[in-house]
Amino acid sequence: MINLSAVLLAFDWGFLLQKLILIIIIVSVSLVVAMYETYLERKVAAWMQDRIGPNRAGPFGILQPIADGGKLFFKEEIIPNTSNKTLFVLGPGLAMLAALMTCAVIPWSSHLQFGDTTVQLQIADVNIGILYIFGVVSLGVYGIMIGGWASNNKFSLMAALRGASQAISYELAMGISLIALLFITGSLSMRTIVEEQMKNGIWNVVYQPLGFLIFLVCAFAECNRTPFDLPEAESELNMGYHQEYSSMKLGFYLFAEYINMFISSAVMATLFFGGYDVPFLDESTLAPNVAAIIGLIAFMIKIGFFIFLFMWVRWTIPRFRYDQLMNLGWKKLLPLALVNMLVTAAVMLWLHK
Amino acid sequence: MQSLTNRNKPVDRAPMNFWERLYLPEIFKGMIITLRHLFKRKATIQYPEQKREFSRVWRGLHVLNRDEEGRERCTACGLCALACPAEAITMEAAERELGEENLYREEKYAAKYEINMLRCIFCGLCEEACPKDAVYLSETVAPADYARKKFIYTKEDLLIPNPVTEPEAYAKAKGLEPNENRLTGKR
Repeated sequence: MINLSAVLLAFDWGFLLQKLILIIIIVSVSLVVAMYETYLERKVAAWMQDRIGPNRAGPFGILQPIADGGKLFFKEEIIPNTSNKTLFVLGPGLAMLAALMTCAVIPWSSHLQFGDTTVQLQIADVNIGILYIFGVVSLGVYGIMIGGWASNNKFSLMAALRGASQAISYELAMGISLIALLFITGSLSMRTIVEEQMKNGIWNVVYQPLGFLIFLVCAFAECNRTPFDLPEAESELNMGYHQEYSSMKLGFYLFAEYINMFISSAVMATLFFGGYDVPFLDESTLAPNVAAIIGLIAFMIKIGFFIFLFMWVRWTIPRFRYDQLMNLGWKKLLPLALVNMLVTAAVMLWLHK
Repeated sequence: MQSLTNRNKPVDRAPMNFWERLYLPEIFKGMIITLRHLFKRKATIQYPEQKREFSRVWRGLHVLNRDEEGRERCTACGLCALACPAEAITMEAAERELGEENLYREEKYAAKYEINMLRCIFCGLCEEACPKDAVYLSETVAPADYARKKFIYTKEDLLIPNPVTEPEAYAKAKGLEPNENRLTGKR
């Protein structure tokens, strides 16, 4: 008994509480951002097609995502008789879980100072942050795969297979393009990478333009966004892997896609565009709290730009054919990423000599 | 064939050059185009608040006309029903009684006059066939409804308001009030 209480007392409960609050805030913020991404997507699509877009629910249609979500919640929940029920329910849950887990290692800003306590605006500063993101993103394939398989529908299964093979193919090029970046930064921790960029004043995209381009293309493919949205190809696969899904289970799949978009925008901004770094501003001269808030705003603006880019591309170009997709992934992006890695390695070696 | 516009472009099957095969420059071109559309004027008309202006020759819902003293012009001659290619018009004639001279213009009038708006194709042949200027097509569209029955418009639905007893409603129906059916708001 004495031992237990000693353990309980030794535990830093304040730290736990602080992290718990941070987790709640960050997860709910990513959910809200994903909600408004759906709104923005419809708006951007409309603007690009010379329309106005949703503008009836609330001022400027601000309440549209709530209406959409409410609609999905009140729809009839259908679980097909022939499906594997456990896996059928597990699928959207896994997709959502994998999408939300990635936001744990992203440094949203520097730190806040409340008296003596310093609050890092990051859930966990693990020293293998990028590896963690890669691992969790790969888990996202399970959501698609399990959902498609459990539906017991050939179209869903084909779409799921497509999704899985696409994600795996593009993860390779993505990983290799990142290795080149890691040669430069020398660290896998997201916060270290950002701080390095802040110290140098030069963002990684300047050193690694090709690497960024490859990463961007692969991020599009990983999020199943146009032009790589083959798993959702309506014309050939009816609806894609979520064909049998209805109600909020379908909503979760769609939602997971938008969260993925948000997180991959955040990752791109962190790795290549200086994260919460504000260009031409020396953060160390400001009070820590002010710097943190300015950094957060800068980070959100960068994320917003990338989200807009995702939508901009989606409403501009049509999707690839499946063989084109595989050609691009294996015959173009992978060799390019390898060359990029080798050249970076050679240059780094030469510079260190 | 002679080209009617200067917009047609022959199909180009030449092999792609290096820049086109790079794919990305072409994507950027496309993205510039969509970006330009972002700032273009939107084609949307915000329907219940704004209404599209009808053409001068628009053929909308039918109206049964009255003369300047407020008497019904229709004599139930049946020419409109005969002219109607969709057979949407039916009517029953009746003889004008003594003391009804302020109601009906001629000795014969339509006791019943029905147009089935689901059958009507709004061709305007009834308007052209009418020797008495009694039926014409207005600048409104038939509103949606849930029951088929509601689309059979009776004489009461079709008659224009009496210019003597209810001049305001009459003026409104004639579209004399400025901008009544017209596009409101800015475009």
